[in-house]
Amino acid sequence: MVEVLSLDPLVVGVILAMTVVTVIAKVGGIWLVRRFDVSERVEAGLDILPGAIVIAVLGPELAAGGPAEWAAAGIVLAVMWRTENILLALCAGVLAVVAFRAVV
Amino acid sequence: MAMDSESSTDAPRESNPSVDDAGPERAPDTDEVTFGWEGIRAGFLTGIPIAIGVGGYGIAFGVLANQAGLSVAEAALMSATVLAGASQIIAVELWADPIPIAAIVATTFAVNLRYSLMGAALQPWFRHLSPTQIYGSLVMMADENWALTMREFQSGGGRGAFLLGSGIVLWLFWVGSTILGVLAGESVGDPDQYGFDFILAAVFVALAAELWEGRSTLVPWLVALGTSVVAANVLPGRWYILIGGLAAAAVEVMRHDG
Repeated sequence: MVEVLSLDPLVVGVILAMTVVTVIAKVGGIWLVRRFDVSERVEAGLDILPGAIVIAVLGPELAAGGPAEWAAAGIVLAVMWRTENILLALCAGVLAVVAFRAVV
Repeated sequence: MAMDSESSTDAPRESNPSVDDAGPERAPDTDEVTFGWEGIRAGFLTGIPIAIGVGGYGIAFGVLANQAGLSVAEAALMSATVLAGASQIIAVELWADPIPIAAIVATTFAVNLRYSLMGAALQPWFRHLSPTQIYGSLVMMADENWALTMREFQSGGGRGAFLLGSGIVLWLFWVGSTILGVLAGESVGDPDQYGFDFILAAVFVALAAELWEGRSTLVPWLVALGTSVVAANVLPGRWYILIGGLAAAAVEVMRHDG
């Protein structure tokens, strides 16, 4: 079992770098808005980024899978839409992929 | 101090409303914004139910971090300092040996850029606060408590510490559930058994469902999908993620009011 409290210096460094860019992202907007006008176009582009990146992760991931994964993804989407409960959706998806893999 | 913030609504209004309302039509009341324990407390209590929901993502993140090889301490450190769910989940998805540092940091920045907009949207109220109060609160900002805080401000509650208070409760649940998730992942053993290798894709499908904003989202998402699938086949590493996201953002910028 991996030592639960181990802290790899490189990993800590990457985490701190992530922290720095995240803090810049969080405070940067209000800092800028006092000095410059951000156009609505740029706003719309920034607004779309998180969802688009999620899709960019998901697309190739699902493309590499097969019918069992695609059907299970559909189950996750359906449960999420109906219940908005992330844990329920994940459990349903994992159970579904096991079941579909047994069939396909 | 807490009493002041409560009684402030009874205080005589010194400013002339007609002057203040000269700006946007539906300008909310941004005259009286306080910063004190009352706001922290209100934010904390209001944030509890939301924080419990966020705990679900924390557990999922912990399981994925464990699969990526992060220890409990490392995953907890990331949750405690980065405090931005989607970017952390994407980061552990990118995690590999050796660690693709540039891709992880650049993608984290891109995913979290939206916080700039969200933070800027608080300016009408935050302009009454000191820089320490503003930037200290913004560090604790995540999607959920930002939404709660906007609701608080829009409804005329001028408790400027609301973001901080709701951020604190979110932080507690996020870090706690991350630790639970890593320990759960640890005890399961071989992740590919029981379909656990599918958790990541499932988390992203769920995230996509939450980020869907209606039909206006369709075109940029199709661009992201097409670009990333093509780039994944052509380019090495995981740069297709950033490329897919930026292509969608570029198309959105060009499409806007077009």
